Amino acid sequence: MSAVLAEMPKSDMSKTVMPATTKAIAPSKGGRSWTFYVLATLFSLYVVALYGPMFCIYVLSFQDIRGGLVFPMKGHSLHWFVDLFTQVRTGDVKGSFDRSIKLAVIVTIITVVVSFLAGLGFRKRFRGDTFVFYMMIGSLVAPGLVLGLGTGLLFQALGLNASWYTSALGAQLSWTLPFGVLVMFAVMSRFNHVWEEAAYDLGASRWQSIWLVMIPVLAPGLVAVALFGFTLSYDEFARSLQTAGSLNTLPLEIWSMTLNVTSPSLYALGTVTTIVSFIVIGASLGTIVLIQKKRGSQAKG
Amino acid sequence: MQPSPSPNSSPSRANLAGWLYVSPLVLVLVPFFVAPILVVLAASFFATDGFGGLTPGFTLASYIEVLHSALTLKLYLATIKFTVLTWIFTLIIGFFVAYFLVFHVRNQLLAIGLFLLCTVPFWTSNIIRMISWIPLLGKEGLINQALLAMGVIHQPLEVLLFSDLAVIIAYVHQLTIFMIVPIFNSMARIDKNLIEAAIDAGASRFDIMRLIVVPMSKSGIALGTIFVVSIVMGDFFVVKVISGGGSASVVSAFYEDVGVLQYPTAAASAVLLTLVLVAIVSLILRTVDIRQEITR
Repeated sequence: MSAVLAEMPKSDMSKTVMPATTKAIAPSKGGRSWTFYVLATLFSLYVVALYGPMFCIYVLSFQDIRGGLVFPMKGHSLHWFVDLFTQVRTGDVKGSFDRSIKLAVIVTIITVVVSFLAGLGFRKRFRGDTFVFYMMIGSLVAPGLVLGLGTGLLFQALGLNASWYTSALGAQLSWTLPFGVLVMFAVMSRFNHVWEEAAYDLGASRWQSIWLVMIPVLAPGLVAVALFGFTLSYDEFARSLQTAGSLNTLPLEIWSMTLNVTSPSLYALGTVTTIVSFIVIGASLGTIVLIQKKRGSQAKG
Repeated sequence: MQPSPSPNSSPSRANLAGWLYVSPLVLVLVPFFVAPILVVLAASFFATDGFGGLTPGFTLASYIEVLHSALTLKLYLATIKFTVLTWIFTLIIGFFVAYFLVFHVRNQLLAIGLFLLCTVPFWTSNIIRMISWIPLLGKEGLINQALLAMGVIHQPLEVLLFSDLAVIIAYVHQLTIFMIVPIFNSMARIDKNLIEAAIDAGASRFDIMRLIVVPMSKSGIALGTIFVVSIVMGDFFVVKVISGGGSASVVSAFYEDVGVLQYPTAAASAVLLTLVLVAIVSLILRTVDIRQEITR
């Protein structure tokens, strides 16, 4: 995704005036064909269907004490948000929220560092690289619940206690790292090797070329990897289920709420966690755009 | 792949450097992917006392039990049904959404903006997005209310939520993004001049689609297919929450087995599922070298 952002053009090419071609499926100029309107409708419907249900629960979470799980809205208040963090029967929301954030930060840091290094390693072929690559793909496609159970049984067999910062951390990394490395692949493929060669020619060590050339150039891509690391960990469920031990992470807490809480506080929790996700997404995308803008102005000035 | 950037690179040095760089990745994947899979494999051959206790040994009893049960076939058929239907819908929607963004939106900045609009929900909680179907599809949900008000139906439809239909809707809703992103990426690399040239040479809209766009987005389709198929086949959450216990899949049955401590049968069924998944994924990988695709 950052790779797409990185290719933002300086200007819109479509302003060139050319005769319209009626047959074109993809006219870069001239009138729109009927397919445009059909596909635009499809696209709009898709976006509405994508966001519509989510907005329903945000709206419903702001009901007052009479509120139920379905429309119509019954009053407006923040009752269910207060309920969420004060009631005992809804479980340990605060604690699990805390744990999830901490875990996501740890996962993010490890994912960025490890994916970056792996991205560097995969640039050149080496004996066994295909094996490592397919191990990674395997880790990505394996059913999360099965992997989680395996990890849980492994910890049990080794006499270790499963907890969110050991077994669940590892289980989540087996999910975030393949994504991180795949994003790194896309980012690295746009890295111009001439810059690195130039650094070597100017006498840079391997370490200096990484720290002073590659990391600054690849910064937007690394932010994207961080975004994947954080959000995938923060929302991870299947792999954490058997590995988190006695203390829940937030998605596990939501899961147990779906089984026994039938009040809008469930929706309130959904609203709160989505706000956190949106803040993280906004901050990451904002950082990427900011870096790109700064570069654009530097290149011009 | 690319020419080596470092000045000294005898093959053995390159091998060593490569392994050094990927060693942290390997150090995570071995204990948290390879070892757990092996543990599950081992557990599938163990005997059980029925109370969660495992007796190390080698017996095929669990496999025989799994393969002999009529339930297994039913579960696999249900899972395959979900997978195929989800795949078809996500592919059609994903393909045309990507096509619209790449070929119809003229302002590239706008295209990227709309693309991000499609991807944002991917970074939010799946569980929350599942729950959000309740006020829409439920018995007293919006769709039923609307249909009742319009007089189309006289009783609330119960099939909307807690049915196979709802499961498919939820899957398509959740997974279309996995089709859009890779297909968008491969379509974005198609040279627009190629299409202009095809038009000049008299190709019809359908010809361009059949001979240029589809073949050139094949790698994106393959990549999206791997994501969708592996997620649907490995899912139990959507099936459990959205079907309300009415439907089951291989992994949701696995979850029930684990719940009642039937580890060996659960493990045996997991091993079989993994084999099926590996077979499907390697079949897809034979048609496309994804590593080359991504690094291109």
